[in-house]
Amino acid sequence: MKLTDISNDVNEWFGGTGPAADVVISSRIRLARNLAGYKFLPRCSDHEKAEILEKLKSVLMSLDLGEKVFYLSVDQAPLLDRNFLVERHLISRNHAYGKGPRGAVIAQREFFTAMINEEDHLRLQVLRGGLQLAACFEQVNRIDDMIEQHIEYAFSPMYGYLTACPTNLGTGIRVSVMLHLPALKMTSQIEKFLNAARDLGLAVRGLFGEGTEATGDFYQLSNQVTLGISEREMVEQFEKNIIPEIVEYEHEARRKLLRTDSNMLDDKISRAMALLKSAHLISSQEALLLLSHLRLGINMREHMGASTPGIDSIYSLGAGRPDESATVSIRTINRLFMLTLPAHLQINYGKALEPSDRDALRAKILRSTFGHPS
Amino acid sequence: MFCQACKKNEATIHLTEISDGNRLEMHLCQDCAVEQGITAKSQMSLNELLSSLLAAAPSDEEIRGQSGADMVCPNCGETLDQFRKDALLGCPNDYQVFEKVLAPLIQKAHEGATAHKGKVPARAPADTVKQNRMLALKHELAEAVKAEDYETAAALRDKINQLER
Repeated sequence: MKLTDISNDVNEWFGGTGPAADVVISSRIRLARNLAGYKFLPRCSDHEKAEILEKLKSVLMSLDLGEKVFYLSVDQAPLLDRNFLVERHLISRNHAYGKGPRGAVIAQREFFTAMINEEDHLRLQVLRGGLQLAACFEQVNRIDDMIEQHIEYAFSPMYGYLTACPTNLGTGIRVSVMLHLPALKMTSQIEKFLNAARDLGLAVRGLFGEGTEATGDFYQLSNQVTLGISEREMVEQFEKNIIPEIVEYEHEARRKLLRTDSNMLDDKISRAMALLKSAHLISSQEALLLLSHLRLGINMREHMGASTPGIDSIYSLGAGRPDESATVSIRTINRLFMLTLPAHLQINYGKALEPSDRDALRAKILRSTFGHPS
Repeated sequence: MFCQACKKNEATIHLTEISDGNRLEMHLCQDCAVEQGITAKSQMSLNELLSSLLAAAPSDEEIRGQSGADMVCPNCGETLDQFRKDALLGCPNDYQVFEKVLAPLIQKAHEGATAHKGKVPARAPADTVKQNRMLALKHELAEAVKAEDYETAAALRDKINQLER
């Protein structure tokens, strides 16, 4: 399978569907595992890493997941390919820029990835659109069981699944959601929310993980504690209590925008459209932010029936144009979001580009959707 | 106490700035604090917490003094100093070797938890002993090869193959 087979569109979990999809973009569950009888990864020699890689690769590729999977040798992949996978959330930045023999087994539909030799020998992840943590867990858990029929995990009754870093001990589970919180930002409540989340012991990070800022009003929320609680309990806490409350905060902020700040909302949406229609150079950061404003407008219409001059004008885009696919929807927005990211741009263009050329190409793609094709 | 800026809301954020021996106190409400761009100190990540706890833990010297033995893992050769450098362990056995130092760290990092309460692998790991034996043999094998003691190495390799069966 070639990367260009998937590079021209969004994957399923980024299509804008799923429970609470107007706030919860996606759900993800990750399990960290290590093989018994081997050193932890950071202390392994390249030779040992290669041995672990071979072992896990052959087990993973032999599983019957009911899906087509492909294997990518991450240490041998060109930088652009690795960045592309990070952009699609298929591998972590850590994995892309790591050292030594390492690989990834990826489902063609992109809902499942197994990273081999990231910080632990094996990291399994399942992704779904909207708030679907329980479903993610059942799936990744099943895959974990299948793998375990062929190999032995490092495990102690006292400390659970053993990991290279004690912070991942026990369940080795990372429960996370990607949230879109533009209204909390616009009503200056985002700091309050971030502090509340941190007080609950949750980690809050930007779009692409640790160390990234909150680009495009996206925030990734996840657990920090992995020991002393069962996987199902953790998933349930998130799915039934924590996330629904946050969704409600964002909804309330959106309602507030309509009640008292609709001018500000319309202003942000209109400026976004004006720029997207006419800019000739646009950075990734700026594009993501502008698209975020449009996404807010569309979600407010679809989920709250909101109608303001600004929101209405989004829907008149593409009206009367012969090209039906120009009608703007969440899927369109998400697709543009993905395709205008740096590595996506270059993979689809066919070769590496300088930043200024990327900014021009990005602007061109956006103009052709929102403005007059030119 | 009322907010110093808007004088309307209750002050919930209290800042003390000390510079050049001068002490400046500010009392603001949530909204004015945001307006002035004052944000609460960003959360310490779990890894940073672990590193700072490690720095506070007794050094190898002190531990040696207490127990009279160097803390080195016989399976992989990891020492406490190595762990302190990047907060990463060498092999599963380290959790037993460094138990005394790790237990309080783990408890702090996981909000008081001390034992695993979740999923257990289907394959009963009564083989923890076997796992560790395997690792120890592999380590010995590497040492023997380094020392060019090929006879011992061959014997060890046979033992490993037997265990793997």
